[in-house]
Amino acid sequence: MCLGIPGKVVEIFEEGGLKMGHIDYGGTQNKACLEYVPEIEIGQYTIIHAGFAISIIDEMEAQQSWDAWREMAEAAAREGIDLFGEETGASA
Amino acid sequence: MKYLDEFRNPEVAHQILEQIRKTVTRPWVIMEICGGQTHSIIRNGIDQLLPPEITLVHGPGCPVCVTPLEIIDQAIAIASQPNVIFTSFGDMLRVPGSYKDLLKVKSEGFDVRTVYSPLEAVDLARNNPDKEVVFLAVGFETTAPGNAMAIHQAAKENLTNFSELVSHVLVPPAMEALLSSPENRVQGYLAAGHVCAVMGWWEYEPIAEKYKVPIVPTGFEPVDILEGLLIIIQQLEAGKHEVVNQYLRAVTREGNQPAQNLISEIFEITDRKWRGIGTIPASGLQIRPKYAAFDASLKFSVGDIQTNESPDCISGIILQGLKKPTECAAFGTTCTPAHPLGATMVSSEGACAAYHQYQRLRMPVS
Ligand code: SF4
Repeated sequence: MCLGIPGKVVEIFEEGGLKMGHIDYGGTQNKACLEYVPEIEIGQYTIIHAGFAISIIDEMEAQQSWDAWREMAEAAAREGIDLFGEETGASA
Repeated sequence: MKYLDEFRNPEVAHQILEQIRKTVTRPWVIMEICGGQTHSIIRNGIDQLLPPEITLVHGPGCPVCVTPLEIIDQAIAIASQPNVIFTSFGDMLRVPGSYKDLLKVKSEGFDVRTVYSPLEAVDLARNNPDKEVVFLAVGFETTAPGNAMAIHQAAKENLTNFSELVSHVLVPPAMEALLSSPENRVQGYLAAGHVCAVMGWWEYEPIAEKYKVPIVPTGFEPVDILEGLLIIIQQLEAGKHEVVNQYLRAVTREGNQPAQNLISEIFEITDRKWRGIGTIPASGLQIRPKYAAFDASLKFSVGDIQTNESPDCISGIILQGLKKPTECAAFGTTCTPAHPLGATMVSSEGACAAYHQYQRLRMPVS
């Protein structure tokens, strides 16, 4: 139950006086309560936990983390560090 | 999918791993609090990719695992009453009580249902006015907003046939309890990213300062976890102990204010027993007297239950980071996901279940 997952808000509506939305998780869709992220808009990504959106994903922060990591990987490649020499795979 | 794939990128993961290898010079013990992170670590083999100096120990952050036996037995007693629709998150149905689990109660013909959101239980109450609908409200700060909203909604609609059996737990007091134990091994914490999404991370600053441990709110994907570990190891090697937020895309220092407001409207802080660990002061939430009409523990008389825990289960020691699942004699023999003896073998967030699922049967004990 503690596995929160990111999803994209594809529809916003009201139900029983609550702000609700349909969330797309890369193909499958489900309903979630958006009361705790009142400013959320269609197209934004959010973390859903047991049927409730608890946080809006900050796209700028996500992009900055990603850029920093890519830069780090590229710098390592320039230094000739072999990143992929061994049979591991952290995202296997 | 966006915001998942990037954080599972193997090139980036390797690069961070390389940085960890370069940084570490001494042995360190780091605990991930959250069961979701335990699952990700074991699934992705992160613990086996780390340099041998780093020992990861798995924390008590699995609500299925720490919900006290008394509550499971109370849930079973309430669910076994004829006029009740008993609802719960799916993974609670298989948690062993003293003598049976909720799934067994369902097979005996009682109305036990899985819901995805506590609001579904409120719907059931609205649509079944002649039944008592009870929701088993367990979990950490992550499920508290939803469980608070369900009571708020039921109160608004005056649905007097809705109630919650509450056993909420709070993460920071448990972290502190582990650190203050004389047996403590933990030198740094990966803090639970989604707990922090709700509550923020300001509460961890005094803990980091008092116990001199770095605390890093961290996400759940492999790249998140590796980066969280790198931030902790850099601090440990430099003799620092700060709270640094790795999970920038989802967590702010202050957390989710509307969620915190409703949690404190509906719930108040209480001492709470953790399964396998014992009572931790001020580590739980209970329903405020103002909302007592929605408290299933008051509505149903379930007080005098005698509990009976399996004597073979060492999950309490595992949840404190003192042993690994593979050090339990019952692991994979008399205790399996199909026939769990302890709660840590039930949910995929439980350390025993994660080890079993990913075939850590013969992993050398560290
Ligand atoms: S393997 Fe089973 S019996 Fe052993 S600690 Fe884990 S849950 Fe308990």
